[in-house]
Amino acid sequence: MPHRSSVPLAWRRFEARYRLVGNRCANCGTVYFPPKAICPKCRRKGKLEKCQLKGEGKVYSYTIIHAAPSGFEKRVPYCIAIIELDEGPRVMGEVVGDLALLDIGARVRAVFRKIYEDGEDGIIHYGLKWELV
Amino acid sequence: MKLDGKVGIVGYGCYVPMYRIKVEEIASVWGEDASRIKNGLLVEEKAIAGDDEDTATIAVEAARNAIKRASIAPEQIGAIYVGSESHPYVVKPTATIVGEALGVGNDYTAADLEFACKAGTAGIQMCLGLVKAGMIDYGLAIGADTAQGAPGDALEYTAASGGAAFVIGRKDVLAKVLATASFSSDTPDFWRRPFQHYPRHAARFTGAPAYFRHVGGAVNFLLEEMGMKANEFDHVVFHMPNGKFPLRMAKMLGIEKDKLENGFVVSKVGNTYSGSSLLGLCATLDKAKPGELILLASFGSGAGSDAFAIEVTELIEEKRELAPTFEYYLNRKVYVSYARYAKMRGKLKE
Ligand SMILES: [Zn+2]
Repeated sequence: MPHRSSVPLAWRRFEARYRLVGNRCANCGTVYFPPKAICPKCRRKGKLEKCQLKGEGKVYSYTIIHAAPSGFEKRVPYCIAIIELDEGPRVMGEVVGDLALLDIGARVRAVFRKIYEDGEDGIIHYGLKWELV
Repeated sequence: MKLDGKVGIVGYGCYVPMYRIKVEEIASVWGEDASRIKNGLLVEEKAIAGDDEDTATIAVEAARNAIKRASIAPEQIGAIYVGSESHPYVVKPTATIVGEALGVGNDYTAADLEFACKAGTAGIQMCLGLVKAGMIDYGLAIGADTAQGAPGDALEYTAASGGAAFVIGRKDVLAKVLATASFSSDTPDFWRRPFQHYPRHAARFTGAPAYFRHVGGAVNFLLEEMGMKANEFDHVVFHMPNGKFPLRMAKMLGIEKDKLENGFVVSKVGNTYSGSSLLGLCATLDKAKPGELILLASFGSGAGSDAFAIEVTELIEEKRELAPTFEYYLNRKVYVSYARYAKMRGKLKE
């Protein structure tokens, strides 16, 4: 069961995984997701603040998965994409919805979904996926 | 249970998964006559959750829409109640997953509720009480389900997935809740024991002694309290286990059929259990005009009904635009085969 992950580790990541909370440098305005510890552009002059991303963006690049890692077999074929968020950062995630609309540049919005289950008796991991709109 | 005329709905939102299966598709698998079933149930197709959706994800999507309409910060919510009979965990609340996903913080009370298909309306009553008592500013009540019928059972044609969420408060109310009344009794019309995958029901017993007695009873208690007649309401929403029951209930109460029209969601999405009457209320609020009166009555097997008298305010017109309507979700659909449906909903077990 390669996905059986640590419960405390999953729990510490809820904020980023559930809500797309990143950070924004008050000095240069760059938005980071996942949040960074320091602004690489401004270094010591940077000032990072929590920032709620809107959850809208477009498909930057994608691939269709036919041979899935263990735990995801039932979902094939599915689409993993790099999403360019309207605020700038790029994130990787699964694209869901009517895949007939899938294309580079297609608009997507964040939706709350089940990512995987740690077997029949483990915790359920939730997070964001990207629905074509 | 009379209220002060100030407490009510400040935000509402719904969510219906995008997958649909037609009655014809299910009937062809079991060798049944689809047109006879459609005429009997008044259901044409039903909504199915994807394999990455469950009651928690449906609740979160509906709640996000409700909060958009409420135009409040999630941290202002003081209570979260999720009513469902398909909570993803037996032990571990759905309500806290919703709270975390919305960013409510930690300063809130929460619980999962279970009362067959009426747990969502019970959550609304609890929020109304807490707000009226001044204990919280805003409460979030959700009804959501991913209902399933056993393969080949008549329930398979109707058991559907969906949900609706309501932010209850007293500031900027888009619909005042004037009064609420309930009718409850110990009636074993439908049940599911621990470790059982599918529910059982007492077939014909679900009608007269269960649905009609309880919905009719709650509505009559409400009308008595309000000193009103049933036909004084502009819109009516009853729990929709199928299309026939709410129509017959309306006839029994002397309500014209067309008053059910806006909230008659069952024919295209099926019975979404705890989401059913609440999705109907969302669809009705999407269309209602300021000053109109809505009669809502849920039904939960086991059994009980919660009835509400709701008056739409001026704010409805601007707030309705702030989130996707029921019609948006109705038109966002992809049809699936029975085989794909069985795979998605885990009906295939080795
Ligand atoms: Zn910077």
